[in-house]
Amino acid sequence: MTLAEKILAAHSGKDKVSPGEFLSVRVDLILANDVTAPLAIREFRRIGVQKVFDPQRVVMVPDHFVPNKDIPSAEQAKLMREFAQEQGLVYFEVGRMGIEHVLLPEQGLVVPGDVVIGADSHTCTYGALAAFATGMGSTDIASAMATGEIWMKVPPTMKFVYQGRPGRWISGKDLILYTIGDIGVDGALYSAMEFSGEAIDSLSLDSRFSMANMAIEAGAKAGIFRVDKKTLAYVRSRAKRPYKVYEPAEDAQYAKVIEYDASNIEPQVAFPHLPSNTRPISEVGEVRIDQVVIGSCTNGRLEDLETAAEVLKWRRVHPEVRLIIIPGSQKVYLEAMRRGLIETFVLAGAAVSTPTCGPCLGGHMGVLAAGECCLATTNRNFVGRMGSPDSEVYLAGPAIAAASAILGRIGSPEEVAA
Amino acid sequence: MKLQGKVHKYGANIDTDAIIPTRYLNISEPAELAKHCMEGIDPDFVGRMEKGDFIVAGTNFGYGSSREHAPIAIKEAGISCVIASSFARIFFRNAINIGLPLLECAPAEEESEAGDILEVELKSGKIRNITRDKLFQAEPYPDFMMELISAGGLIEHTKKKIEARRRQGEI
Repeated sequence: MTLAEKILAAHSGKDKVSPGEFLSVRVDLILANDVTAPLAIREFRRIGVQKVFDPQRVVMVPDHFVPNKDIPSAEQAKLMREFAQEQGLVYFEVGRMGIEHVLLPEQGLVVPGDVVIGADSHTCTYGALAAFATGMGSTDIASAMATGEIWMKVPPTMKFVYQGRPGRWISGKDLILYTIGDIGVDGALYSAMEFSGEAIDSLSLDSRFSMANMAIEAGAKAGIFRVDKKTLAYVRSRAKRPYKVYEPAEDAQYAKVIEYDASNIEPQVAFPHLPSNTRPISEVGEVRIDQVVIGSCTNGRLEDLETAAEVLKWRRVHPEVRLIIIPGSQKVYLEAMRRGLIETFVLAGAAVSTPTCGPCLGGHMGVLAAGECCLATTNRNFVGRMGSPDSEVYLAGPAIAAASAILGRIGSPEEVAA
Repeated sequence: MKLQGKVHKYGANIDTDAIIPTRYLNISEPAELAKHCMEGIDPDFVGRMEKGDFIVAGTNFGYGSSREHAPIAIKEAGISCVIASSFARIFFRNAINIGLPLLECAPAEEESEAGDILEVELKSGKIRNITRDKLFQAEPYPDFMMELISAGGLIEHTKKKIEARRRQGEI
């Protein structure tokens, strides 16, 4: 069995599972946010149980439209907060929170071997910790909150092997954009993506989170990594629960094995309006930008801010560009402050915000007007994603984003004058 | 039961932001969401469509977010069934869970145009294009999905499960 199959088998009381099989799976953790929880709560009430199956295994995080951007958002956040209080759930208030997929691993709430479901498509982020994590809708979450179980179809696993050492400015974001550019936005539809190879071993956990995060952008059900020394070092000081390390079997069956030479991969930029619409930075040409956003559940971690600060240090944001930087959690914010990164950003002329999903989905804190163009380290560049349907979004990693903010057009750190 | 209505045709990779733009996610009332159905890609859709009509689209329909607001908006707007060459995974689950019928059928998508009149029989998966006098067969649902659908969606299915556990004295 593959890594994904082993975890699903262990959570459904079976010795062996195969792709296509329907299972009732025991879940270790359930997640919802201020956009999806209100619907989940409404459906939960319809089931007719009074209490969630285990309040310590249900997490609710207000992150999409908080600090509340308007009255309807405030009502949704309130509804979720009151339910969390009533049920005694794990809940993080504004000022103590983070973007859910940055926050949960950092807090040790997700551990290796877990099955996690979340009412947010980027729940697949936790695959970086060798958990089987997948996004679902509010009704699925309501049912799981009542029973502690969920139905799943075992996905086939596609294995992606990245050979070689990645270049100077390459992060996990570049590898995943390159991959999506290669296989397309439905290239891994209904599948689990298993990431491995020498280049993956060299990546930090922060970079692995970025990769697993965007598995959904290839249509995948999950993106998953094996546990190594780095995973254990990350988890050891954080884990709130005991964990189990699963390994894919020697004879695991993969639907497909795709190999890349990571040493040849340049920093990637996804053009509007699909994450698969990628080009290497050397082929981007002249693209002027009005705004740059560095943050989100894809790239709001400490390594991302370190990279951005490295490029921005002693430099100024282009006069015609607005640079918005959003640390992914309070913990990331505090550490960035201690390391002097926030000072670098403010001196460079950036706006630094409290953690929020905000601009990534055109919510608040950086909505685009018609005709405007934004380069973002986020995960989606659909039509109107960050605001007006007549605006444009390009996606890239933090190195390209920081350099572009200085240049006023999409460019690489190599082009920023020393 | 046979459904009849006209076709509203879209391409591949219709994402959840096209179905319900993110700026409306601070609401969760189905009727309000329905007013903005497909607004991201087709702002006149709600004014043009009639109850019972079909959305017919290419591959990977419902790509993107996990938000149930997308299938809810389509269902509440009055679309009787979405026919596509393929569906994004989470959208597929969500639609089945809330009772929005979906049929996967690439030939029906390839050979139907906007405004065509279709007749659809959900149980058998038969799709008849009346305008072009053609008959298509959609992919059948797996048994487990049929069980969910005939229970009336996931919440009804879960109620039965809880009831069974209560009877067995588990909870």
